[in-house]
Amino acid sequence: MRLTDLQSATQVEAERIMTICNACRYCEGHCAVFPAMEKRLAFEQADVEYLANLCHNCGSCYHHCQYADPHEFQVNVPQTFSDLRQQTYATYAFPRFMGKAFENNGMWATIITVLSFFSLFWFFGGSSFAGAAFYDIIPHSLMANTFGAVGVVALLALVAGIVRYWRALSLPSPLKLHWGHIITGIKQGVTLKYLDGGSGDGCTYPNEAPSHARRIYHQLTFFGFMLCFAATSVGTVYHYGFNWIAPYAFLTLPKILGISGGIGLIIGPIGLLWLKYIADDAPKATANKGMDAAFLILLLMTSITGLVLMLAKGSILLGPILIIHLSFVLALFITLPYGKFVHGFYRLVALIKYAYENEESSNN
Amino acid sequence: MVGGGHAGLTAAICAAELGASVCILEGAPRTHRAGNSRHTRNLRPMHKGPTFVLQDTYTEDEYFDDLMRVTDGITNEHLARMTIRESAESVQWLHDHGVRFQPPLGGTLHLGRTNAFFLGGGKAVMNALYREAELLGIEVHYDAEVIDLEFEVDTFKNATVKYEPENKVIAAATLVAASGGFESNIEWLKEAWGAVAENFLIRGTPYNMGGMIKLLHKNAAQQIGDPKQCHAVAIDGRAPKFDGGIVTRVDCVSLGIVVNDQAHRFYDEGEDFWPKRYAIWGRLVAAQNNQVGHVIIDQKSKGAFMPPVFPPIVADTIGALAHKIGIDEEQLIKTIEDFNRSVVPGNFDHTELDGCHTDGLEIAKTNWARTIDQPPYSAYSLKPGITFTYLGVGVTDKAQVLMENGAMYKNVFAAGEIMAGNVLGKGYLAGIGMTIGGVFGRKAGKEAAKNALN
Ligand SMILES: Cc1cc2nc3c(=O)[nH]c(=O)nc-3n(C[C@H](O)[C@H](O)[C@H](O)COP(=O)(O)OP(=O)(O)OC[C@H]3O[C@@H](n4cnc5c(N)ncnc54)[C@H](O)[C@@H]3O)c2cc1C
Ligand code: SF4
Ligand code: SF4
Repeated sequence: MRLTDLQSATQVEAERIMTICNACRYCEGHCAVFPAMEKRLAFEQADVEYLANLCHNCGSCYHHCQYADPHEFQVNVPQTFSDLRQQTYATYAFPRFMGKAFENNGMWATIITVLSFFSLFWFFGGSSFAGAAFYDIIPHSLMANTFGAVGVVALLALVAGIVRYWRALSLPSPLKLHWGHIITGIKQGVTLKYLDGGSGDGCTYPNEAPSHARRIYHQLTFFGFMLCFAATSVGTVYHYGFNWIAPYAFLTLPKILGISGGIGLIIGPIGLLWLKYIADDAPKATANKGMDAAFLILLLMTSITGLVLMLAKGSILLGPILIIHLSFVLALFITLPYGKFVHGFYRLVALIKYAYENEESSNN
Repeated sequence: MVGGGHAGLTAAICAAELGASVCILEGAPRTHRAGNSRHTRNLRPMHKGPTFVLQDTYTEDEYFDDLMRVTDGITNEHLARMTIRESAESVQWLHDHGVRFQPPLGGTLHLGRTNAFFLGGGKAVMNALYREAELLGIEVHYDAEVIDLEFEVDTFKNATVKYEPENKVIAAATLVAASGGFESNIEWLKEAWGAVAENFLIRGTPYNMGGMIKLLHKNAAQQIGDPKQCHAVAIDGRAPKFDGGIVTRVDCVSLGIVVNDQAHRFYDEGEDFWPKRYAIWGRLVAAQNNQVGHVIIDQKSKGAFMPPVFPPIVADTIGALAHKIGIDEEQLIKTIEDFNRSVVPGNFDHTELDGCHTDGLEIAKTNWARTIDQPPYSAYSLKPGITFTYLGVGVTDKAQVLMENGAMYKNVFAAGEIMAGNVLGKGYLAGIGMTIGGVFGRKAGKEAAKNALN
C-alpha cells in the first residue's frame, strides 16, 4: 500500500531516489535540491515536482554518486528529475492536451507549427512578395494584430500554467508573499547560481570535469532573448508612441538591442546544442523527446532569420525571408507555454518556494 | 602503486610531481575504482584557529587524547603524533589538487570543528584526484589485480598482475602498497571471527581482498594489528552484501531499545551520543545469536533521527511487531513492560546527555530513556557492517615498510588501510581513515619518488 499520492512511475522513482539521498546527503553542498530534500521525511507528488524543478541538471550529483549505475541502487537524480520536469510542464500546461502534445513530440509539434504559419502567410500574403518595404509585404496592422492576438493567447496560457504550478506547490498568493523571497528567487534564477557546482568551479556538464560552459552559453541565450524582447518592445513604443516606422537605422535603440541580442541568441543556442550533443548520456532524460532541442532550434532560427532579414533589406528575397522569420517568431510565441521555454518559470517558482521555505523554517 | 584509492592516488600524484614515472594498478574495474575511498564523507585534520572549512581550533594534544581514548592506548605514539601534525596540511593539499569542501556549517553530524566535509562526498574527491593523475601523465590500469610479488631479500623486484589470457609481470624501482584492508574477504574474516562472519555485511568495496597483505606477510613484512580489529557498525540488515555505504546506517538506537533474537536487551542504548557510540554496536550485534539486533521505537521518536534508507517494520501492538520481525511475542512484551516500568521520568532532550535513565534494570539505559508505549511501533533489524580492517604491515614515519626482523625493505612503501593499524590499534575516530591515507600517501609518494630517482 502506498501512503503517498504519486501519480506516475517517474514520481515513484523520484520518491525512491530521494529516500536514498535523504539517508546519504553527500550532495548537500551542490545545489538547492538537497537542502530542500533534507526538510522532508516523505516525498509526495508536490514535493517531487518541487524538487525536480529546483534541479538545473548540472550532473554533479550523478557523477559524484557512489550509488549510480552499476550499483544496485541505480541512483540517477538528474535523469529522473529531467523526466519529471517534462511531466510537470505537461501536467500544469493550459490547455492540458497542448502540454501533452509537446511533452511527447516536442520536435514534431514545433515543426508543424512553423510550417502551418508559413503556409498561412504564403496563402494570404503571397501576392505581394515583390514589395521592398516591410509593410508592403504584410501590412503592419495584419502583422501587429496577428502577433498581438497570438501573444495574448500565449501569455494567458503561460500564466495559467504557472498559476497552476504555483498552487500545486502550496505557495501563498504572490500578494501575500514577502518581496524578499521573490527577489532572492529571481536573483538565483538569473545568475544561474546552481550551475556553479556548489564550489564556484562550475557544473559537471558536458562531462565529469567542472566547467562554466553551460552557464556561459545559457546566459548568452537568456540575455540574447531578453535584448531581442527589449528591441521589439522599444520598436512597438516607437511605432505607436512616436509614429516612427520600421525599418530603423543601425544606430537606433531597437537595432542596437536587436543586433546584440540576436548575436547572443545565435551563439548561445549553438553552444547549448553543441554541449547537449557531446554531453554524457547518463544524466540526461531517459526519453529525450526533442523538447529542449526544438526550443533551442526555434530560438536559433528566429535570430538567424532576423539578422538575415536585416541584411536582405531592399533585395527581392526580402519577402520570403520575412515570412520565414515571422513563421518562426509566431511558432516561438505559440509554443512558449508548452515547450522548454516554461522551464525558466517553473524553476523560478521553485526557487521562490525555496527562499520562502528557508525563511519559514528559520522563523520556527 | 598498487591500489587506486585515496592513499594510492595521493602517493601517485606526489611521486609524479617529483618527476617519477608512475603506474597505478587498480584491481577493480573503472566503475568500482577507488575502493572504500569513494564512500567517504570527511577527514579529520588538526588545525590552529578556524580555516576556510573548519571552525575553532583542534590541537595536536586534544586530537591525540581523542585517539588514545578510542584505541585504549593501542597506537604507536610517534607515528600517531606525526600523522596528527601532518594532517594540518591535508585540506590544503586536496584543495590544491581540485578537491572541494563544504563550508564549515554544512556538516550533518555537528562535526564542524573536527571534520572537514568533502563537497559531493568521496567519489567527488576521487574523481578530482584521477583527473589530476591524468594531467600528470600517470598511467592507470583498471582490472589489474596484483597476485604476486617478487623480492630479493629486502628489495622488491616485480609484481604479477592478473590478466587474460596470460598474467603480466611488471618490474619497478619501487613499490607502494595502497591496496586497502581485507574486509571484502569473507573467508579471511571467518578465520578471525569464526562462522559468524558469514552474517557480516561489508559496507564498502568488494575488491579489498587483502591479497597484498598476504603477499607482503609471506615475504617477511612485519605484521601489525589484530585480524579481529576493524571498524564495525550496526547497519540495516537489508543492506546489500557489499557497497551499501553510508545510507544503510540506522540512527535511532539511542532513542529506543535494542533487543536480540531472544527479545532481551543486551547493552545500554543511551551510553553516549550516537556518533560516539556508532562504532561499538557492530561488535555488540556480532556477539548476539544470528548476529542480529532489533531496534524498537514508538511514535514519539518518529522523525527525530536521520531518515534511514529502508522503511521500518511497523505494527500497532508490541506483540504484532514481535511477530512481524520473527521474535518471541511474550518475551518482547515482557522486556518492554519491564523497561517501561523502570523508566525514571525526566526532561527528555536528545541534543544533550539528558540523564533520563532507567532504575532497577540489569542493563540500564542511562540517557534518553523514555517509555515505549505510543503506537504505532517501529522496528529496524540490524546486522554487523564491516567498514575496514586494521591488520596490515608495519611502517616507519616515512611510510617505508618494516620487515619481521625490524629492518626496512629498500624500496617498499605503504599507505592507507593497509598500514592504518600502526596508528589505529582498535576503535575509531570519525575521519581518521582518510587522514591516515592522506598523510602516509604523501609520505609514501615522495619517499618512493626519491628512492626511485636515486
Ligand atoms: C561506507 C564507508 C564510509 C567511510 N567513511 C569515511 C569517512 O567519512 N572518513 C574517513 O576518514 N574514512 C571513512 N571510511 C574509511 C575510508 O574509506 C578508508 O580509511 C580509506 O578510504 C582508505 O583508503 P585506501 O586508499 O587505503 O583504500 P581504498 O580506498 O579501499 O583503496 C584500495 C584500492 O586497492 C584496490 N586493491 C585491493 N587489492 C588489490 C590488489 N591486489 N591489486 C590491485 N589493487 C587492489 C582496491 O580495488 C581499491 O580500489 C569509510 C569507509 C566506508 C566503507
Ligand atoms: S546523489 Fe548519490 S551521493 Fe548524492 S546524495 Fe544522492 S545518494 Fe548520496
Ligand atoms: S543535477 Fe545538479 S542541480 Fe540537479 S540535483 Fe544534482 S546537483 Fe542539483
